[in-house]
Amino acid sequence: MLITIKLFATFRQDRFRVAERDVAEGTTVADVLRALDIDEPEVGMLFVRGRHVETDRVLVEGDALAIFPLVGGG
Amino acid sequence: MHKIYRVNMTDLSVKVEPVPAEWAGLGGRALTSTIVAAEVPPTCHPLGPNNKLVFAPGLLSGTAASNAGRFSCGAKSPLTGGIKESSAGGTSSRIIARLGIKAIIVEGQPAGDAWYALVVGKDGVEIREETETLGLGTFATVEKINARHGEDFGVITLGPAGEHMMAISNISVKDPESKIRSFGRGGLGAVMGSKRVKLLAIDPTGGAPLALADPAKFKEANRTFTKTLADHPVSGQGLKKYGTAVLVNVINEAGGLPTKNFTTGQCDHHDQISGEQMYDNIVAREGEPSHPCSPACQIQCSQVYNDKDGKYLTSGFEYETIWALGADGMIKDLDVIAEIDNVMDDLGVDSIETPVMFAVAMEAGLLPWGDGARMLQLLREDIAKATPLGRLLGGGTGHVGRAYGLTRIPVVKNQAIPAYDPRPIKGIGVTYATTTMGADHTAGYAIATNILNVGGKVDPLKNDGQVELSRNLQIATAAVDSTGLCLFIAFPALDIPACLGSVVEMLNARYGLALTGDDVVALGKNVLKIEHAFNLAAGLGPETDRLPEFFELESIAPHDAKWDMDQKELATFWNF
Ligand code: SF4
Repeated sequence: MLITIKLFATFRQDRFRVAERDVAEGTTVADVLRALDIDEPEVGMLFVRGRHVETDRVLVEGDALAIFPLVGGG
Repeated sequence: MHKIYRVNMTDLSVKVEPVPAEWAGLGGRALTSTIVAAEVPPTCHPLGPNNKLVFAPGLLSGTAASNAGRFSCGAKSPLTGGIKESSAGGTSSRIIARLGIKAIIVEGQPAGDAWYALVVGKDGVEIREETETLGLGTFATVEKINARHGEDFGVITLGPAGEHMMAISNISVKDPESKIRSFGRGGLGAVMGSKRVKLLAIDPTGGAPLALADPAKFKEANRTFTKTLADHPVSGQGLKKYGTAVLVNVINEAGGLPTKNFTTGQCDHHDQISGEQMYDNIVAREGEPSHPCSPACQIQCSQVYNDKDGKYLTSGFEYETIWALGADGMIKDLDVIAEIDNVMDDLGVDSIETPVMFAVAMEAGLLPWGDGARMLQLLREDIAKATPLGRLLGGGTGHVGRAYGLTRIPVVKNQAIPAYDPRPIKGIGVTYATTTMGADHTAGYAIATNILNVGGKVDPLKNDGQVELSRNLQIATAAVDSTGLCLFIAFPALDIPACLGSVVEMLNARYGLALTGDDVVALGKNVLKIEHAFNLAAGLGPETDRLPEFFELESIAPHDAKWDMDQKELATFWNF
């Protein structure tokens, strides 16, 4: 199934900004992180369709997953 | 050795007074709000002789504490009609603190047409008639004062907007590079202008490092504090690299980036105006990605942004400004946004109120969406020169919206709502509605816990827990604003217990006290209560603790969210 992955801030370095990936049914957010070589403690926020999700979230066809490191501002 | 300087502009006299016992334990916001509440009649006209303008360094200002270079300015606000405290960086806070000055109170109003400069020194204040800098922008004013007195002087000044007493005007403070930091919100420039004070020049001569009750303990606590700032990923690395503008993409992803005057929560050109893009431009053009706004800042969220030819365009280029111009006003070019930021600093106008006002003016048809060139022209030709059109715009977001008969006017207590839509991020809506300041995200930054996963997690789209979250944050913020520490220390403070503990220890070691965390919370509560009582007496009752109606009537994409918090639930905010 096709999903979209969006990376931000330092996670873009040596990776990409946005990419489509064909992944197996049942793929979780944690699987995607592993495939991208992103350590979970480095992750600040995860969004699918604009909602916060946890790493055990099972992705479905057409999901857009946004991955941010710990950042903040104000 | 601590003293209060009282400058009476009616009879042009100055008094140096001892610090009353009940003010001794106060600084920053706690002190400005206490003085305003004690001495300013809540029903007075903000631009009349009965209002007072108060500057106060924080309790830790002037010490070696990291990030303690900020100070507070307070008055009754001509924008909100309520009490106002605004915080700024720059070099003056440390100088004022090291001169032993606890607060500078500017009161009264001169009868004639003359303008004045206040030269603040170790023995008092000299009131001099000012002509040379009248009508000048803030950058040129700082240059003149540097030439007149020396680079080491602090400068606090108005731009043309403050001289014209516009509600969008701010008060500018010279920073370590002789650029500008601001007491941004609430129209405080108009209050200073109403007293015909163009500027304060702060003479550092005779200032001394502050005496500490327990220097060894202070050093130790500061070491712990500094370590927590370095250890937390937001204050340690995130803010340094990308500045606050990293939030453009975060808030866009969360669907809470108010776009085109709050009509949708995501912006198509978000990547063009993002912190990531800003960082790439800065590096490619040899600017500075991280930069301190005041001495001893370790977090360094500020930056120097150059144009394509590597020439300085602006510094202190913040998320709120970029959002307001780029998403709310639909300007797609980050360089144009930077130029407007710099012009706003030069005119001395609030870089939140002003662009939010322009987005409302765009909706009114006064200029096209995204037209940065026209906006620059209106700033330079109309606002700077106070033409009738400039005065219409200079009245702020609410003023322009009312003039054009609009209903989508994003203000609370007549102050523009900043960069987070309250419909899909409900915690910040509680802060906008309830804070004594009028719409202000910094008063209780619920974004931390609603969106950034700092200080726990509270679902941004649900009402549950938001009042309590905002209350706790507002209390803590009022305390931090009283220390002179930059509010960004809140990121480690929310996640690392040793951080706040070390702040309390620094206060104890500085003053020889035995405060606990509870005492600091009590200070924060007390500040809010003093401010609330002032607002109630000024006519800002519970019916003003609410968001504009359009948030209840219009849902916002992508979450199809409306504002639906019960007004009675909101009112429980004050149950403490
Ligand atoms: S973190 Fe930013 S706002 Fe805070 S003191 Fe440093 S430069 Fe100024």
